[in-house]
Amino acid sequence: MDGVLEVASWITLILGGAFCVVGGIGMWRLPDVFARLHAASLIDSLGIGFLALGMALQAGLSLVTLKLVFIVLLVGLTSPVATHALAQAAMHAGVKPRAIESPGAEEDA
Amino acid sequence: MTTVGSPEIELLLNAILLLLMVVAAIGVIRLRNLFAVVLLSGVYSFLMATLMVALDAVDVGMTEAAVGAGMSVVLLLSVLGLTRTREAPTRRRPIVPLIISVVVGIALVHGTMDLPPFGDPNAPAQRHVAPEYLARAQVETGAPNVVTAVLASYRGYDTLGEVAVIFTGGIGVLVLLAGLGRYTGLRTRPPGAPDPGPEPKPVPLMEETVVLRVAVKLLLPLILVFAMYVQFHGDFGPGGGFQAGVAAATAIILYGLIFGIPAARRVAPMRVVLFMIPLGVLIFAGTGVASLLLGGNYLDYSVLSSVPRSGQHLGILVVEFGVFVTVSSTMLGIFYAFASRPPRDGPEPS
Repeated sequence: MDGVLEVASWITLILGGAFCVVGGIGMWRLPDVFARLHAASLIDSLGIGFLALGMALQAGLSLVTLKLVFIVLLVGLTSPVATHALAQAAMHAGVKPRAIESPGAEEDA
Repeated sequence: MTTVGSPEIELLLNAILLLLMVVAAIGVIRLRNLFAVVLLSGVYSFLMATLMVALDAVDVGMTEAAVGAGMSVVLLLSVLGLTRTREAPTRRRPIVPLIISVVVGIALVHGTMDLPPFGDPNAPAQRHVAPEYLARAQVETGAPNVVTAVLASYRGYDTLGEVAVIFTGGIGVLVLLAGLGRYTGLRTRPPGAPDPGPEPKPVPLMEETVVLRVAVKLLLPLILVFAMYVQFHGDFGPGGGFQAGVAAATAIILYGLIFGIPAARRVAPMRVVLFMIPLGVLIFAGTGVASLLLGGNYLDYSVLSSVPRSGQHLGILVVEFGVFVTVSSTMLGIFYAFASRPPRDGPEPS
């Protein structure tokens, strides 16, 4: 049982780390604000979610797990709001999503 | 809490954090977009806070995260509302400053060669008064968090000095920026002068987004409760007046950012803020005077109660509350002073 938990926790930890890396690459490579926001939201939803799950599996049923739950709840509340606010601000500042700006973008990609 | 993990992992972690800090610092130097610079400096502070936590200095880490990564970024961003957001190019080649920085840097690095290794039990810093504090704090003050005992009781003079520094800094900023009356809402019109009308209302862009409003209303009570927890749990765990003051100010500032400065001013009026800034210092210094009057030394809390230990406890609690009052109101006052100024391309102040 212990071994199963260990393996499961490491798989989720690595998965979470992979999502963080993918999100980082996305923020670096994607063409415009909105697409980058999408990549960033990957980090603090799936990335942090899986990392916290992995750490919770390591900690077992303890106070640490409870704290992790609170952290995930807090991040889950704040980060979509921050993403939303950023996107809203970008729209307000007149930034257009690239796909709308140049209709031929899909064919180029 | 015990640190799990091998020293190698810890070394690797510290090295990565320091490396990222160097990257952030280079970014701050190289970038010309001041928004990015401000955010990168916030990243730098947050890395610093993480490093502090990794070094088991949780109290310092909390302060750094609250002040460096939170408050400074907000204040600097509100400054950016008043200036241009791109750094003006300079014609002069900064040769002399470069030489000075390099020389000072080399001297500092050379200086660190003589420092004892990190965590060396024989280092002078560990052998002077620290063992005594560690041995006596529990018995004398009853505060399980030695950091709080040292900060508020043994080193009460230092902390009083720090609070006085914050007080002076806050008053200085307010006087420089606002003349204490011009933008702070305390302007007194000379009799007979025409009513200038309501102040130009900044457009509360954020107020229109329902998501932000709801989320902030959900978060505000959590932040305030957390601030109170940090304040009153400071004897037992990491935290205290400094961190709690900043956290409480953050709540009001967040409210102001979303619902507009006038709304925040209705919650925490400038009059109250200006009253609280000196009040905290007076509470701190007054505790010292009280202990003098009761026959003890200045800031010796043992005489505040019939039992020395509960006297110490009471003193620490009161003093931390004084710190909280001054820190929170100073942060709020500085934020008001910056955020209430008309923007650069907006209407000029009359």
